[in-house]
Amino acid sequence: MNPRPEAIAVGVIMFVVIAAYALFGGADFGGGIWDLLAGRTERGATPRKLIDESITPVWEANHVWLVFILVLVWTSFPLAFAAVMTALFVPLSLSLLGIVLRGAGFAFRHTAQRLEVQQLTGASFAAASLITPFFMGTVIGAVVTGRVPTHPTGNVLAAWTSPTAILTGFLFVAACGYISAVFLVVEAQQRGQQDLRRYFSLRATAAGALTGALAAGTFAELSGSAPRVFARLTGISLPLVAISVAAGAAVLGMLWLRWYHATLLRATAAIAVATVVWGWGLAQYPYLFPTSLSLAAASAPTSSLDAEFVVTGLAVLLVAPGFGMLYYLHQRGLLTEAESDSDLRQAAQVGPAAPDQPTTAAAAPMVTRTATGLVLAMLTIRAIREMLARARRR
Amino acid sequence: MGAVAHVLAVSPIPARSQMGSSLGFHIILACLGIAFAAMTMIAEWIGIRRRDAAAMLLARRWSKVMAVLVAVGAVSGTVMSYEMGLLWPGLMGRFGAAIGVPFSVEGIFFFLEAIFVGVYMYGWRRLPPWVHWWSGMPIVVGGILGAVSVVAANSWMNSPAGYTLKHGKITSVDPVSVFFNAATPYEATHMVLAAYMVTGFLIAGVYAVGLLRGRRDRYHRLGFAIPFTVAGIAAPLQVMMGDVIARFVAHNQPVKFAAMEYVSRTTRDAPEWLGGILINGHVYFGASVPAFDSILVGFSPHTQVIGLDSVPATQRPPLDTLIHLAFNVMVGLGLFLFALAAWQGWWWWFRRRLLLTAWFLVPSAVSGVAAVAAMEAGWVVTEVGRQPWVVYRVLLVRDAVTPATGVPVTLGVILALYAVLTVVSIGIPMIMSRRWRRQPAAEEDADRVPYGPSPGWAARVGSPAPPAPLPAPTGGPEPQ
Repeated sequence: MNPRPEAIAVGVIMFVVIAAYALFGGADFGGGIWDLLAGRTERGATPRKLIDESITPVWEANHVWLVFILVLVWTSFPLAFAAVMTALFVPLSLSLLGIVLRGAGFAFRHTAQRLEVQQLTGASFAAASLITPFFMGTVIGAVVTGRVPTHPTGNVLAAWTSPTAILTGFLFVAACGYISAVFLVVEAQQRGQQDLRRYFSLRATAAGALTGALAAGTFAELSGSAPRVFARLTGISLPLVAISVAAGAAVLGMLWLRWYHATLLRATAAIAVATVVWGWGLAQYPYLFPTSLSLAAASAPTSSLDAEFVVTGLAVLLVAPGFGMLYYLHQRGLLTEAESDSDLRQAAQVGPAAPDQPTTAAAAPMVTRTATGLVLAMLTIRAIREMLARARRR
Repeated sequence: MGAVAHVLAVSPIPARSQMGSSLGFHIILACLGIAFAAMTMIAEWIGIRRRDAAAMLLARRWSKVMAVLVAVGAVSGTVMSYEMGLLWPGLMGRFGAAIGVPFSVEGIFFFLEAIFVGVYMYGWRRLPPWVHWWSGMPIVVGGILGAVSVVAANSWMNSPAGYTLKHGKITSVDPVSVFFNAATPYEATHMVLAAYMVTGFLIAGVYAVGLLRGRRDRYHRLGFAIPFTVAGIAAPLQVMMGDVIARFVAHNQPVKFAAMEYVSRTTRDAPEWLGGILINGHVYFGASVPAFDSILVGFSPHTQVIGLDSVPATQRPPLDTLIHLAFNVMVGLGLFLFALAAWQGWWWWFRRRLLLTAWFLVPSAVSGVAAVAAMEAGWVVTEVGRQPWVVYRVLLVRDAVTPATGVPVTLGVILALYAVLTVVSIGIPMIMSRRWRRQPAAEEDADRVPYGPSPGWAARVGSPAPPAPLPAPTGGPEPQ
């Protein structure tokens, strides 16, 4: 049975959204990882400041991609959603724990002023940035290897603890670190901070090499654990995989040559991530769980899928310009953390010396107000009597 | 006791507790996410329009508090999305195609909100005033429409519509009927009004405390007046809506209504119970108004009210006493808030002055807590009242719950985590406010880097954006 064209289209949308989350959300997770690895308070201050500035105004918007993925999957592929959520209860709960700790830690760190509190909240943010992508990786690994039963009767520990799944977890962490470091190189370049550019350039190279190694390891592992996906990855998906590898290598080359072209560097890194996500999607086709649950069997009724198109269309119309504006303003440095409000405080004379209440609006004459009040009261009484009368008549 | 034993005997208790506590926590932050931006924008509007520094300062400080709370709300909202699948795969697997539609629509508004929160919170200094003001508008509109969408999903569970089942599988969905099911207009209005009441009374309560402590400057009066006015406008509308909704529930979910009002047997001249405990069909310790329940339902004492005995015991909600008392608490607190708003409104109408006596300010100071309590009680009524169904008269909770083990563990983690988050979410605005009062104006926000670097770091690094040079000392802490 071939999947309906609508199901294929929703699948395509899903993988576009996943790629967007991997890019933007992944970069924010990576920022947390580099924050974690930035060393002692004194030494880590400057990279932490850059990471903080690059994440602060945008992380919430980037986070919404995840919610959108969840909603898209449960509406379009309810059966698969229920199965994944049941079988992979443990890693999903752990990734959720990471999301909570990370968001709360990040928000609270900004208001903390004492060093110990900042360190505690900062550590929660940074450590959680490690946990979440790792467990999301194990979830994807479990799905790709087809170890999620269609109708699970409980959690399936073996599904996400296979070597492939664990490797995928590490791969996700490394990829987040890589994409984030590349973006931070560009941020440092735009701010003219040479030492930070060098700092993140080194880290991007290291993370890139590690990502490549882990990807190769996962790839080798897949040949045994998911032969069908492996066959398609080396078959129909090969061009996408090749583009990804080439783009990844090109980024490292650009860094090595110190050619810090902002757009080109960002775009190449983005291509490296997006193409591998799409390659994975193509390799899975036509299965959601290779090879037990097919796209055709798992997709929702056509009318639900149509609703998702409308929603996606609206999102493109409304959200895309918004995102464009957000990133534009952010890149132009127009979104900064609030500075001192001292000028306003002096102007407002916030203090106990208060004059008596000024009458802001001129009071209407007493007669008018009393008259209006009386009329309103009469109308109310009449309405109540009317109601009671109608009740009696019944 | 029989009711408690009945509940404990059913297996989905840990999952239901986790969902309930997650919702109970998230809903407060969700309210702030829906309505806080509106308050901030009103203050900013006054600030720009009248060149009012006090209003401007309020707006800027509110947006700082909002930045923290909205972030926590975004996270706790994600918890809810996960839990839909983690705890209720039986619901999502069967009905995801239908209930997912309103959630998808909500996704758009969540996106809009998150994007413009980024612009609004961090655009204060560098964007032109009116551009900045307008950047808050999508947060307000997106907040309301997002709330409507999510509540539509909950309404669908109370009043399922717009789908065709064949052999237990959904074969077609009518997205419009799903979204605009019979309960949506009632529940959505109720929730949006509640959000404005909770937010308004919470903020007003903070400034009521300040006013009570003798800080009677324009800053505190405005900080009280703006949110109190908004909440005060919402309060009478909410009382009216509540009355309409109760009648709708009586027709649409009669068994839920019977539990709310202690109607054991279908009857005319049903009495209205205030308080009391229901044991085996008898109400103890309650005060009753004869036939008043019938009058409320159908404007006549002869109106027949459907009782709990209309369905077999297995289809009745558990914990009638909890449902009834929660309903009483919600209505009572709602009327209290309405009276408070009317009192201030009366004073303003005839005197054109804010009423700021201690007699008025003390209840106002607790009005925020009262509004939160009323809303939580309302959610208890609608959620517990729908039991044992997850989708009313279609799917039982016990058929929806996850077979995965480990829910008690996640429940424990969620409870511990949310306890900490609650303390911090309340504590942080308090710390911020104390800092604002104690700290000299010039020192505020001077120190903004994570892990507080040593002085002179900017010079060492050669950062192009060093913190603004500190203005001249302004005479020490403000004497407040």
